[in-house]
Amino acid sequence: MYTSEMLESIKKVEARRKENAATEPRRMTAEEKDALLRAYHPDYKEGAEFVNLAVGPNKGEKVPKELGALLQGNSRVQPGDVDLNAPDYDVDVLIIGGGGAGASAAIEADKAGAKVMVVTKLRMGDANTMMAEGGIQAADKPNDSPAQHYLDAFGGGHFAAKPELLRTLVTEAPEAIQWLSDLGVEFDKAADGTMITTHGGGTSRKRMHAAKDYSGAEIMRTLRDEVLGRGIPVVDFTAAIEIIKDENGRAAGAVLMNMETKELLVAKAKTVILATGGAGRLHYQGFPTSNHYGATADGLVLAYRAGAKLLYADTLQYHPTGAAFPEQIFGALVTEKVRSVGAMLINRDGEAFMHPLETRDVSAASIIRECSTRGKGVPTPGGVGVWLDTPMIEMKNGAGTIEKRIPAMMRMFGKYGIDIRKEPILIYPTLHYQNGGIDITADCQSGVENLYVAGEAVGGIHGRNRLMGNSLLDIIVFGRNAGRNAAAKAQGVKAAKLTLSHVEAFKEELKAAGVETDTVSPQLLPDYRRHK
Amino acid sequence: MENMVNVFLFGKRYEVPASLTIMKAMEYAGYQLVRGCGCRNGFCGACATIYRVKGDRELKVCLACQTQVEDNMYVATLPFFPLIKQVYDMDAIKPEQAVMMQLYPEIYSCIGCNACTKSCTQGLNVMQYIAYAQRGDFAKCAEESFDCVMCGVCSSRCPAGISHPQVAMLARRLNGKYLAPKCDHLAQRVKEIKNGDFNELLENLMGKPIEEIKELYNHREIEK
Ligand SMILES: Cc1cc2nc3c(=O)[nH]c(=O)nc-3n(C[C@H](O)[C@H](O)[C@H](O)COP(=O)(O)OP(=O)(O)OC[C@H]3O[C@@H](n4cnc5c(N)ncnc54)[C@H](O)[C@@H]3O)c2cc1C
Ligand code: FES
Repeated sequence: MYTSEMLESIKKVEARRKENAATEPRRMTAEEKDALLRAYHPDYKEGAEFVNLAVGPNKGEKVPKELGALLQGNSRVQPGDVDLNAPDYDVDVLIIGGGGAGASAAIEADKAGAKVMVVTKLRMGDANTMMAEGGIQAADKPNDSPAQHYLDAFGGGHFAAKPELLRTLVTEAPEAIQWLSDLGVEFDKAADGTMITTHGGGTSRKRMHAAKDYSGAEIMRTLRDEVLGRGIPVVDFTAAIEIIKDENGRAAGAVLMNMETKELLVAKAKTVILATGGAGRLHYQGFPTSNHYGATADGLVLAYRAGAKLLYADTLQYHPTGAAFPEQIFGALVTEKVRSVGAMLINRDGEAFMHPLETRDVSAASIIRECSTRGKGVPTPGGVGVWLDTPMIEMKNGAGTIEKRIPAMMRMFGKYGIDIRKEPILIYPTLHYQNGGIDITADCQSGVENLYVAGEAVGGIHGRNRLMGNSLLDIIVFGRNAGRNAAAKAQGVKAAKLTLSHVEAFKEELKAAGVETDTVSPQLLPDYRRHK
Repeated sequence: MENMVNVFLFGKRYEVPASLTIMKAMEYAGYQLVRGCGCRNGFCGACATIYRVKGDRELKVCLACQTQVEDNMYVATLPFFPLIKQVYDMDAIKPEQAVMMQLYPEIYSCIGCNACTKSCTQGLNVMQYIAYAQRGDFAKCAEESFDCVMCGVCSSRCPAGISHPQVAMLARRLNGKYLAPKCDHLAQRVKEIKNGDFNELLENLMGKPIEEIKELYNHREIEK
């Protein structure tokens, strides 16, 4: 499978494996990290990769140019396309997005007695949640505490997280794990029930809980089963394409589009929860992505047009270890857990060039440096990469560790004839997570009344970088809170006339600002067809 | 020049690069996928696909996002399969053999043909995990079925009409909820937090000036 050039390099990796495994590379100082990020991390670029928004609540702020085009794009709905007075659905809580955050919200809103409906663009569970491999954090061991968790996350996010949101995240984490356990999620445990926990990049305690390396899949399929078991209606292959407001400016539903027939539908609701996830499929700066097919930042576009403010929309997470080879899986995630259980990052010459568990942004920048200015990368058909020395895992932890702890990784490479127990794998950073998103208050409400947000669509929980395992956590904690709060708020909402006048107003604003564009948004799906 | 192969998508011939997965080959050929494409990386089971290579009698199944094209491959996708999903309340059911009898009695009609196992896109021993479910051994069923992506291919091949992925889903939930060992330190921590035991520590930290928090972060002790 590997080219002869790669095999040559593997020999060097093998020759130094023992020595590398025995030494722990020094962690970088705060100053070194800072300089590295400024020079090599994609977020810190100061050129045409970003644009300043010309209109809306974040006017003047910079966002990735692909996102900027969508935020300032044309609506998919023209006045007269839909009859707001004849809704096709009428519910208390409308949940947009059938990933982990949406499912958690649905379960809690249903428990609270609200009439709930979930609409989702693909099938329920065709979502980033399903793909999470590594695990979920919670400070539930005796040597750990919510304060320690807070410190790790706050520092990892460059001290930019909204303190009240982060506090909720770490304080409600153990309960989130318990809630999942009670639903039947199978966490890795020792025979006496002790959770098997590991480090993730940037953690100071081993608090990463996992379900093998199918953590997200195990959580997602269980939540989906519970949603269906409760009889909550799920309308799939249906995208929300615009938020509907009432005449008092509160969110009151959404315009929906059947993804197959393109039919437009109106959903009326007392409160709305956006749980539309991330943006990897926008391929910022040309990066490949680990995200699912529907990760196109739709929620940000809908909310922005409705008048909600975004926070840190310029910060993305490039996961240090995307697959760089073979090209069939280019960009696919190689979970951080591979490093948690012992694999190190090794350059072309067999040198362990960094500590394997720095935070993600630092690791990604360091790999980019290794492959660019330092010229120590291994060329691949799609670009360049460095080694992740997987055989080291069993050297340190014994035979069988890989199959037991990271079976999905073994399978993913095994399909292309690479046995990760015997051969190292090539990786390069991949676009992974939307750190920023819609700004919310502690009750999960956006700047638009009755418009709640949960999950990856939120900005501010993690600051400007997120630690592994804190996102699966946030979708549960904030998903549940959003569900409960939206259900409670729905009780007091009085019906008022529905309107899309904000969409018209936004269009006028664009015109006044001289923004002319053919872009239609939200994007809904990427277009990978070959255009001759 | 790229190495090209012929693939037949729903019977129609297209020439595509040999390095592509079936999913990418469909896009190369001009399909804008809506159904049959979810995670694009082997986790969601949206892209179940049936194929036969010309001259080969065997009908094969796979995940389109995980399988490279071959020359003269005839491809038909199976983006939806009507599985039976029973509705139950996890708090009301018990991890007893009778549960399967009530909810999924068809598993007892298994004729042992092993078509499910042969067709599994994840290479799981499907017939074996159904056997465990029949016996009410949910822990074993859960373990054996753990890597299931619920694509439904096994069920499409089953003469007894079993919805294997749903049976396994129930077994895993029963195992996770009732049979797996209880976690004491978790229960303890939830109690402590409810009791407010950690509030002071947290508020102390949050109340510190940012420079001091930075110091604490940069010099925090890291568990070995
Ligand atoms: C490969 C991978 C591995 C990861 N590993 C980890 C990990 O180990 N630990 C961790 O903590 N985090 C991990 N993450 C991050 C984490 O999984 C996600 O951030 C999180 O699951 C997002 O959940 P969500 O519910 O907000 O979004 P999603 O799970 O993506 O769900 C959003 C849903 O909304 C739908 N949708 C989008 N737009 C619309 C629209 N307009 N109308 C209707 N529906 C719409 C989408 O199709 C999707 O189904 C990983 C992410 C990826 C991609
Ligand atoms: S698209 Fe998810 S398994 Fe293939």
